[in-house]
Amino acid sequence: MSKTAEQILSDELLIPQPKEPLAHPMEGYLRTDRLPHIWCSTCGIGTVITAFIAGLQKSGLERDKVGVVSGIGCSGRAAGYLQLDSFHSTHGRAIAFATGVALGNPDMKVAVISGDGDIAAIGGNHFIHAARRNMNLAIICINNFNYAMTGGQAGPTTPESANASTAPYGAYEYPFNLPFLAESSGAVYVARWTSLHVRRVTNAIAEALVKPGFSFIEVIAPCPTLYARRNRLGSGLDLMRFYHDNAVIDHNADTRDIDIEYQKKIVVGKFVDKEKPTFLENKDAVLSAKLGDKYIPYKGA
Amino acid sequence: MKADPIGVATGNHYIDGDHACAEGAIAGGCRFLAGYPITPSTEVAERMAERFPFVGGQFIQMEDELASMAAVAGAAWTGVKAMTVTSGPGFSLMMENLGLATMMEVPCVLVNVQRGGPSTGLPTLTGQGDMMQARWGSHGDYELISLCPNSPQECFDLTITAFNLAETYRVPVLFMMDECVGHMTEKVVIPEADEIEIIPRKFYQGKKEDYRPYQFKGDGSVGPMIKAGEGYNIHVTGLTHDERGYPVINAEAQDKNVRHLVDKILLNEEKIRIIEEDQVEDADVVVISYGITSRVALKAVQDARAKGLKVGTMRLITVWPFPEKRIHELRDKVKAFVVPEINLGQIVLEVERCVSGKAKTILVPHAGGWVHDPNDILNAIEEGAK
Ligand SMILES: Cc1ncc(C[n+]2csc(CCOP(=O)(O)OP(=O)(O)O)c2C)c(N)n1
Ligand code: SF4
Ligand SMILES: [Mg+2]
Repeated sequence: MSKTAEQILSDELLIPQPKEPLAHPMEGYLRTDRLPHIWCSTCGIGTVITAFIAGLQKSGLERDKVGVVSGIGCSGRAAGYLQLDSFHSTHGRAIAFATGVALGNPDMKVAVISGDGDIAAIGGNHFIHAARRNMNLAIICINNFNYAMTGGQAGPTTPESANASTAPYGAYEYPFNLPFLAESSGAVYVARWTSLHVRRVTNAIAEALVKPGFSFIEVIAPCPTLYARRNRLGSGLDLMRFYHDNAVIDHNADTRDIDIEYQKKIVVGKFVDKEKPTFLENKDAVLSAKLGDKYIPYKGA
Repeated sequence: MKADPIGVATGNHYIDGDHACAEGAIAGGCRFLAGYPITPSTEVAERMAERFPFVGGQFIQMEDELASMAAVAGAAWTGVKAMTVTSGPGFSLMMENLGLATMMEVPCVLVNVQRGGPSTGLPTLTGQGDMMQARWGSHGDYELISLCPNSPQECFDLTITAFNLAETYRVPVLFMMDECVGHMTEKVVIPEADEIEIIPRKFYQGKKEDYRPYQFKGDGSVGPMIKAGEGYNIHVTGLTHDERGYPVINAEAQDKNVRHLVDKILLNEEKIRIIEEDQVEDADVVVISYGITSRVALKAVQDARAKGLKVGTMRLITVWPFPEKRIHELRDKVKAFVVPEINLGQIVLEVERCVSGKAKTILVPHAGGWVHDPNDILNAIEEGAK
């Protein structure tokens, strides 16, 4: 018999245990003065925030050297709750903005947390180009299969036949397979998990944060209020149960084969983890080779 | 503060406006450029790409102008002086993130070497048709600063000024060149570094916990900035926000935030204002012009004066904020203002508004692709003097 969703959640949920009692278990990492947050109950975004904070703690990175950039959307509100240098930019431009931060202060590790629409539709061009350059960024894309913030419209990851407010008779576009897009664009780290896999997501975030270059983590997450309701998929917990029963871990999967079909199995795993010089490493190598001592590398302001 | 000698190519040069602009940026302290190639502005980015490795600058050619402007806004928060450069179609693409930079109050410079529009228009030929876009191009209410150079020398000098103004008012400054000025080659004198005045970024000095990214005091002042990555844990957003940078979605917060963006420019208009006037005090007609058109107008003014007409000139170096008060001072004394511009009537609307019917306002339009025939301006002066 499969576990109840409640059991799964308590098994999987990883909240760092503070030594001293705190007002909030993640005090110091969350902007507690901004709580309560805007997200609906059982929305998957909060889980990703929890995993991000835990992953950041696990990464061992100096907190002051980590920044986070979001675009616009429910997921795009992530930056607003994290007690880091946090930037809430414009719809689709999170990766471009983050590129500016990462190049402006090369000592920083900049993460982008944003939605599927933000990263793969309006921001798709920035996504593939930052991956192509192997820009030193960790991208966490919360894929809830729709444009939630604006009321549940279809987006670039909406599975075929799923309903959305702008696909009232079922979506008929081919969705993006984001890990494949990331890998083929040049990402050095590519993983997909669901918000059920909190420990995996946490580890992936820790790995992505310490890995130089362009890392991409897709986190499939429930949007109970819009996507699930419109498709009569139940509550956030029901979707967690669905992930439990249908997520198949396969680290060796070929990213070409892991398209997501409506309410079918979801292949998850760490698909790519390789080494490749970053944008700045390449820049320094080429310019030092060509210009020798005359080359003065950019050192930040 | 004086310029860092490493970036100052002291000496006499024979270069075009685009190259002079690049030298001005480097001398002015710019160390970050994100851009996307577009005629007739590309030479600015090309020269910066060539020069930056020798001065410790960070150059990136982005995938488009949306990305370029976004990257500039992001980079500026790390403390670096940042800029981008483009022309018409790219200027349109930059508008949304220009709004973001405005809302986040990041100092930066956006160079627009204007060409004929709309759309792809005249890629290689001049225009001054983006002047209202410089004022109203991004959505919502705000005020920015726009400068219009009329020579390669000014492309150098005023790019430094643009960076200084950006720092003083924590605002994007639009450097509105035109193709003629950008591609015109003239002598450019680059002085010694210690003759170049630089306004450095004002960084916050107090306790980290007490830092607020914004100050809305209502007096036109702006607060200091920090560098990302130094533990201030700032939050900044394009949403309407309070002084902590936190989103606040209501009418009161909007009023405070937006009025601040407008006040910090308009309350300081006279300090920001750079205009060049000649013989306006007893003039019957004042010719108001900017950019390349100011040089064409000069010929018409000389001809008119030779005919005995009392003509003054006002050259707008800062076009935005508009020197409204100065026009108010002159409007009762003169018969007419003549406004030649390479568009079908943009800045003339602002002149008309300020003149408020107290004198004639005569537009000398040109759709773009070339400069005016000075005789057209002369005719307008003669009509105005009647
Ligand atoms: C330029 C622009 N176009 C459209 C919008 C409206 N908008 C806000 S959020 C959003 C979609 C967000 O979808 P996604 O990125 O998937 O985030 P989610 O809300 O699903 O977490 C859209 C279209 C906008 N803010 N800016
Ligand atoms: S609308 Fe959907 S994505 Fe947005 S907060 Fe609610 S559940 Fe989450
Ligand atoms: Mg979404």
